[in-house]
Amino acid sequence: MRIVIAEDSVLLRAGLIKLLETSGFEVAAAVGEAGGLLAAVREHRPDAAIVDVRMPPGFTDEGVRAALVMRQESPEVAVLLLSQYVEERYAAELLAASTRGIGYLLKDRVADVSVFLDALRRVASGGTALDPEVVSQLLLRRHRDPLDRLTPREKEVLAVMAEGRSNAGIAAALVVSESAVAKHINNIFAKLDLPHTEGDHRRVLAVLRFLDGEP
Amino acid sequence: MATTPATVPRARAHAPWSATAWRDTAFVASGVPLQVAGWLIAVSLWTVWTPEKAVKILLLAGASVVLVLLALRPLTSWQRERCWAMLGLHIPRMPGFDDGNLRDTLRDLRSPELWRVLQYHMVAGPFLALGGLGVIAAWASGALLTVSGVYGWALPSSSPMSPITHPARIAVLSGAGVLLLAAAPWAAAGVRLLDARAASALLGPDRARELERRVEDLAEKRASVVDAADLERRRIERDLHDGAQQRLVSLALGLGLARETLSGVPDEAMQVIVEAHEEAKEALTELRTLVRGLHPAVLEDRGLDAALSGVAARVPLPVRLRVEAEPRASSTVEAVAYFVVSEALTNVVKHARATQVDVAVIRRGDVLHVTVTDDGAGGADPSGGAGASGGRGAAGGTGLAGLARRVRSVDGTFRITSPAGGPTTVTVELPCAL
Repeated sequence: MRIVIAEDSVLLRAGLIKLLETSGFEVAAAVGEAGGLLAAVREHRPDAAIVDVRMPPGFTDEGVRAALVMRQESPEVAVLLLSQYVEERYAAELLAASTRGIGYLLKDRVADVSVFLDALRRVASGGTALDPEVVSQLLLRRHRDPLDRLTPREKEVLAVMAEGRSNAGIAAALVVSESAVAKHINNIFAKLDLPHTEGDHRRVLAVLRFLDGEP
Repeated sequence: MATTPATVPRARAHAPWSATAWRDTAFVASGVPLQVAGWLIAVSLWTVWTPEKAVKILLLAGASVVLVLLALRPLTSWQRERCWAMLGLHIPRMPGFDDGNLRDTLRDLRSPELWRVLQYHMVAGPFLALGGLGVIAAWASGALLTVSGVYGWALPSSSPMSPITHPARIAVLSGAGVLLLAAAPWAAAGVRLLDARAASALLGPDRARELERRVEDLAEKRASVVDAADLERRRIERDLHDGAQQRLVSLALGLGLARETLSGVPDEAMQVIVEAHEEAKEALTELRTLVRGLHPAVLEDRGLDAALSGVAARVPLPVRLRVEAEPRASSTVEAVAYFVVSEALTNVVKHARATQVDVAVIRRGDVLHVTVTDDGAGGADPSGGAGASGGRGAAGGTGLAGLARRVRSVDGTFRITSPAGGPTTVTVELPCAL
């Protein structure tokens, strides 16, 4: 799997390269600012880009803006954003464009090597990976009618689903059986009036509904 | 005056031979030419040319006025120099008056400074000059009369004092001379006092105007200090973000890699690595909370709504957030509003035992209204001491007292109502037109 890294801290860039290479990824390019990222993505056509939110020259939200440009220019390239802080607003902007192949994690999560690599693989294969903190922020802001019909347990399941996990992942996270998870998810689909289509698409719709976005 | 300590009786201080007497006299005498200069300049043109036609008279009058106006600044500054050099009396400059040129003066003929200066030079000046001449006359005639016995005989018979060879007459005249010499220092002191008063009242800045200007100046300075503090906070945030946080992340990453990939490590060693890894992650979390509290980057590029929804989301309570803060206020005001809400929420979580918080940040005209209401136990004490219901107090610049201080720094108002039993409402109004 080919990855492009955009991270302005030399130290962390080196750390990420080492982490990815020891874990069997190929780092096609590693750049230090947003402009370089767009060029590198156009040149190398990677499977995914790992992007720091705060980069030169402005050190504010360059990564988010670059990611939004990438979504338009090369939607097939997955984007995993890393940031010292996760902001609900950035997440909403990113997810408004599309929920395929997008991730938004706290930088701290790279320290949990296997969790981080899981998230990267998930994003690279078209899934989503949202930081639990982003999810909890979104949950607090969005308390709309259809969601009010969900039980607390179902909301928990939906929250973990929004992080991008599979049924097995959700079951492990909430310490329940996989069949219980499947039951909750069916209830969620029903309560949110989601049509019967291919399973994964409904998951995305549920997450979108949850995020207050229109599918 | 080193030779006249304060304990010396006033009579001795004003003896004709005392330093004070001579200083006063010199001061008063030196004032005379400057004090008559205004009128001398005003009439100077008329002595060389006396027109008869009205137009020409008007022209000449105008020229005289201009001449006087031109002379005002040097005359004033010489008068101030005289007060400083001879009395040690400092009369401050008037920036509005002294720094202008003739054109400024003509443009701003109604400026109170100009009219006060004119009063000194054209009204008070001549009288003070008269006083000064009187003092000089007292000295001169006193001296002449005192020694009249010495030269009286030589005076021609047409002189009004002649003949003064009679001893009794000489005694009377000499006595009058001595009295005049004794009185001259007092007269000099009196004229000196009047002159000094007139000069400080009319040639220096007006007290009220001065205070007004000073308030403006201080307000400006405070604003720049507040801005500087805000800038400094942002700099520290940037430094921590670019430095310590990145280092910690890569340290944690290294430890995480070691934890996942090392094999064949003794159990104790692995235990140490695991603990170090967990510690590093804890440190990261703590640092993140600290740094976001300093100045969140999202505040700058997305504004209060985005930054506050992040804050609200981190609070383990349901928070209803309403932000209508357009058009955006200055970054300093936004930072204060952000700080108010996040600090108030921290307080609620720590002390209020609340189940619901309402936050509203709404801009009406030039005022940003911030209210934070919780349904908790109430009893918060704004003075910073321990409150009735468990002490929502402040310690060393944090909490409610710190909040109030930070609000005041931008001229905002801070109110808190917190009856025992609740609810507690913090209301802050921040002026945006800074």
